[in-house]
Amino acid sequence: MAISLNVNGATHRIDADPATPLLYVLRNDLALNGAKFGCGLGQCGSCMVMVEGEAVLSCVTPIMLLEGREITTVEGLGTIEEPGPVQAAFIEMQAAQCGYCIPGMMMSAQALLQKNPAPSDEDIRNALSTNLCRCGTHMRILAAIRRAGEVMQSAGMTGTSRRTG
Amino acid sequence: MRALRVIAAIVVVAGLVLFGLVAFAWRSEIPAEEVAEAAQFDPALIEKGVQLAAVGNCIACHTVPGSKAFAGGLAVPTPFGTIYSTNITPDPETGIGRWSEVAFQRAMREGVDREGNHLYPAFPYDHFTRVTDEDNRALYAYLMTREPVSAVAPPNELQFPLNFRPLLVGWKFLYLDEGPLAANAEQSEEWNRGAYLAEGLGHCGACHTPRNDLGAEDKDRHFAGGEAEGWQAYAIDASSPAPIPWDRESLAFYLRNGWHELHGVSRGPMAEVTGNLGLLPDSDIKAIATYVSSVMGEPTPERHQRADELREEIEGRSRGLVAAADSQDSPTAGDAAAEPGAAIYAAACASCHEGSRPQPFGGLDFSLSTAVNAPNPQNIVNVTLFGLPPADGEASSVMPGFAGVLGDEQVAELLAYMRERFSDEPAWTGLAEQVRRTRTGEYKVSVKPADGIERAPINVGAEE
Repeated sequence: MAISLNVNGATHRIDADPATPLLYVLRNDLALNGAKFGCGLGQCGSCMVMVEGEAVLSCVTPIMLLEGREITTVEGLGTIEEPGPVQAAFIEMQAAQCGYCIPGMMMSAQALLQKNPAPSDEDIRNALSTNLCRCGTHMRILAAIRRAGEVMQSAGMTGTSRRTG
Repeated sequence: MRALRVIAAIVVVAGLVLFGLVAFAWRSEIPAEEVAEAAQFDPALIEKGVQLAAVGNCIACHTVPGSKAFAGGLAVPTPFGTIYSTNITPDPETGIGRWSEVAFQRAMREGVDREGNHLYPAFPYDHFTRVTDEDNRALYAYLMTREPVSAVAPPNELQFPLNFRPLLVGWKFLYLDEGPLAANAEQSEEWNRGAYLAEGLGHCGACHTPRNDLGAEDKDRHFAGGEAEGWQAYAIDASSPAPIPWDRESLAFYLRNGWHELHGVSRGPMAEVTGNLGLLPDSDIKAIATYVSSVMGEPTPERHQRADELREEIEGRSRGLVAAADSQDSPTAGDAAAEPGAAIYAAACASCHEGSRPQPFGGLDFSLSTAVNAPNPQNIVNVTLFGLPPADGEASSVMPGFAGVLGDEQVAELLAYMRERFSDEPAWTGLAEQVRRTRTGEYKVSVKPADGIERAPINVGAEE
């Protein structure tokens, strides 16, 4: 049964079991490898994407719930040549160590900043409470999100370098 | 001028009645005292107060998450309007720093503040009146040695005439049974200790007993289930909806650890309660369990039998004996269009809830779930939408919320399917509307970590 998914502004016809987690489709069918498989149980946050502005764990979200809905992955935030503000701030603050959790962190941060461009540290901690980092770069991640918020506010940006709709 | 005389008589009588009521309602002010420094309290007494404050869960209402402990100002929604908790730090101007111990004892016993104002029963003095003078002394010592915080709570938002405090005398006349709980000589010392803790400072009934139109606990339906902060406080009497009946041992384990393998994890406001009880000695936890399980009573033979069957089924399933059989009624996504609830369950829930990880970190088998078997689906709605947020800085049970991906109708389909599959109880009605009200905040739910107290105050619990 084919399901139509809108990912980063492009529509894809996916021929897969409707119960397939979005993460598998992103990585295996669409070659969008930004979202990572961590625990597979919705507990670590490394698979985080956005669905219509909400941070969503793609490993526990079957594609049947996403027909026609707007999905954004970390690839949708910008490109290597032209990173989005969240990506740029994570690079600037050197927030990644091993980097495995970082795409998920960035998506939670993006969802937060779209709703609240000037979050307090507490807001950031709450929004990222389900994103685990085993390297312990939390202080840099916090700094990067604060930085991204500043940049987005001063530029009046929505947080993506290219249009994702 | 007979009519005039009648009117005059009515005025006089009304005046006398009013005067009588005022005299009856009037409570004297207890003089302010400059309560001396912390040093005057015996450390052992303060230490005892730490535990007692944990039993009373004082911090939960008297602290705004993220703000200073005990500084008050938390909005407590009631059917009559919003009441803001008061500052009970020893700040002389805005807290209870000028309250003598006598004033504190009176507040606990009678629900009257130092100046003589009647307090609203959102402060559960109908329970605290049972607390002994000795325990109040320890609580007083504890509170008077906390960090003083200057903070004034916002004024209560109550409709006239409820904002007229002397009216509370009427409420107290009807519903406040002042003074200690009579010991029950037929019961053990442990039972009596449990009754003292549960009925007094622990104020279990404040949430677990339904309330009447005037906001008082319905004494005829003691522990028959109530509501707190947007969560169902399940019945903990004979009508408990738990699929496996609670007993003294399982209750004690749950109260001690915040979870039980056959019941799941505590959540909502109960998570604060089990978090707090961590400070209590085992003996007190067992005493509470002894008392509450005796209120629940011995389950009926039918209930026992159902529980035995269920337990056998669960054990079999966890050994994989019935895995093959079970997979036949486990839906696959092929049913997506025909039965969307089943398909969502299979795709989004089953990987954890039919997994092999034990409690408290694995998903609970829903046939054990009180939430799925309860008369009102509110708790399962809350958890489906908002998940179980992790506790800060410690291992805790955690579940992702599905508000971001599941629409109201989808949650309703899912829960209707779970009710049908995992419970013998009748289907819930009005699910989609209840989900909508919960999601939009029209029905306010406070969402808290799965264990520990509220996320925000760093100085949670009794430690400061």
